[in-house]
Amino acid sequence: MEQLIISVGREFGSGGRVIAEALAERFGIPIYDRHLITEIADKTGLTPEQIEKYNENPKKKIISRRVRGYSNSIEDNIAEMQFNFLKEKSDSGESFVVVGRCSETKLKYNPALVSLFILADMDAKIKRVMEIYELSKEDAEDFIRKKDKKRKRYHNYHCSGHWGDSRLYDLCINSSRLGIEKTVDYLESYIRARKEL
Amino acid sequence: MASAQIFAVIIFVAMFVLIVMDKIERHYVTLGSGLLTLIVVFGICMKSGKAIWNTLALKGFATEEFWYQVTESESKGINWATIIFIAGMMVMVEGMAKAGFFRWLCMKIAFLVKCKTIPVFITFMIMSAVLSMFIDSITVIMFLAAVTIELSQLLKFNPVPMILSEIFCANLGGSATMCGDPPNIIVGTSLGYSFSDFLTNTGLVAGISLVFSVVFFYFAFRKELVTDSDEKIDMSKFPKPSEAITSKRDFIVSSVIFGCAVVLLITHSTTHLTVASIGLFIAVITLIAFAKDAVELLKKVDYKTLLFFIGLFIVVGGLEETGILELIANFIEKISGGNAMLMIAIILWVSALASAFVDNIPFAATMVPVIQSLAQTSGVALPTLAWTLSIGTDIGGSATPIGASANVVGTSVAAKNGYPISWGRYCKKLAPATIIVLAISTVYIFMRYL
Repeated sequence: MEQLIISVGREFGSGGRVIAEALAERFGIPIYDRHLITEIADKTGLTPEQIEKYNENPKKKIISRRVRGYSNSIEDNIAEMQFNFLKEKSDSGESFVVVGRCSETKLKYNPALVSLFILADMDAKIKRVMEIYELSKEDAEDFIRKKDKKRKRYHNYHCSGHWGDSRLYDLCINSSRLGIEKTVDYLESYIRARKEL
Repeated sequence: MASAQIFAVIIFVAMFVLIVMDKIERHYVTLGSGLLTLIVVFGICMKSGKAIWNTLALKGFATEEFWYQVTESESKGINWATIIFIAGMMVMVEGMAKAGFFRWLCMKIAFLVKCKTIPVFITFMIMSAVLSMFIDSITVIMFLAAVTIELSQLLKFNPVPMILSEIFCANLGGSATMCGDPPNIIVGTSLGYSFSDFLTNTGLVAGISLVFSVVFFYFAFRKELVTDSDEKIDMSKFPKPSEAITSKRDFIVSSVIFGCAVVLLITHSTTHLTVASIGLFIAVITLIAFAKDAVELLKKVDYKTLLFFIGLFIVVGGLEETGILELIANFIEKISGGNAMLMIAIILWVSALASAFVDNIPFAATMVPVIQSLAQTSGVALPTLAWTLSIGTDIGGSATPIGASANVVGTSVAAKNGYPISWGRYCKKLAPATIIVLAISTVYIFMRYL
């Protein structure tokens, strides 16, 4: 099979990860999200919990410093390990789906990349987060804002483009319009059309 | 003048904030700030072409004393001697690294002590300090930390205590000589001190402190470094030191050049060759010796750091020309009430505290004119203040993971290999060690100079 890399950026609560998992299943390719953490854990000897703690987190600027490409920030080092891991996978010709990790920018050099960004209406996101995390409406909204703020800072620190900016992705889609299932159908047909080109 | 002073301070503070924010590369920050200083502070506010000319300090190149100096002299504005010397040493270090010198040295020492954990721990600390006396601590730690991790995997010990101790000793070793740490190069070239001046003043206290530090780290980390003593070390599994050498010819040549650099630095007060001449000479002979790889070596030079220095010197020049640094000097004199002991304690501990959190290079560059002014008004000897400043900035940098370049590189190498070092882990042992060395230095300065 010709190489296919699907990068899925997402707003918290938009169903982006579920969509990414469904796409991975439909195309029969692995997905790197939490799996990325275990792969890096195996490679470095760190525990998945340690990596999770710093995963997709922006570095704390005031207590971090960078010297000749080296950084004392654990967040930076974990991020760099993940970028290198994705690049290795991309260069090896493997097909995969990756969730977040600035993959739309870091893997842009590879013509096999299809980059997607999943967003959703705030009401839909709140409803989803309330169900999954058993939170009140206020707490869910607060949680969403905090998570997205972190993702945005993480992304914008490691990339020159802005997180969620449509110019950065091949396709941005609001999952509230069609619902998760139909959004996956739509994205699948888009990706298949791209592969036929 | 008031508007010039305000703008000089605004530019300086903005530069510092932007460096800390790390959004724009730091050399762009200092160069941009330097350009603003030249245009706004000197050009628009002061309308002084002379101030621009003094700060750019280009005429220095044409003077004999820039290259050959019989009497001590002080420099102002962009400290080109520092920049040329650092560039020259960078070229030499690249040549040594290419030949496999550093890896060979680390492996050789590990083999000499039969790869036993505690002896490796102690010898690596000493090697880190000695190498850092002549070579920038970033390079020293880059190689030492990598070999430490390799050994830790073979010997099955936790490399973090060893890397932390190496970082501390690299900063300590750097404080011993004029070329060991950038603040010392700035202090030395700005005030006209020699290599042996540093060695006999800051070097002595660094030596004493090294003994205390080795003992401290031994007791602090000995439990963490215990390996399974029943298991006999199979040396045949270890990579041989000779395997590190990429080319025998390059290895010999780079070792000879390094030896030349050490001799030239030690003797420069008698040969009257300035550090600028030594830097240029070492770079030229390295490039000639590595003729076919000369372009590659030149490409590897860290130009960003050199540009960072140029911009920084201009911004500090802005503070100096507008009299801001004199105001700071007056303030220090006022709060110390003319008491030399208090003044020295303030300089040492404030320099150390500042260097623990911000880059010690801008701090040292800013403080040099301050201590010059202080020496004139307070009557405390300038060399005493200079050694105090050097020790404070060099040693203080060890206290936190961001205080000095070696700390950042060491913790980063550890993290990349699966050993993340948090602030808490770092400061728990290295902050007390820093305080101990600063206390030793305070007593040393009081007893020797006052």
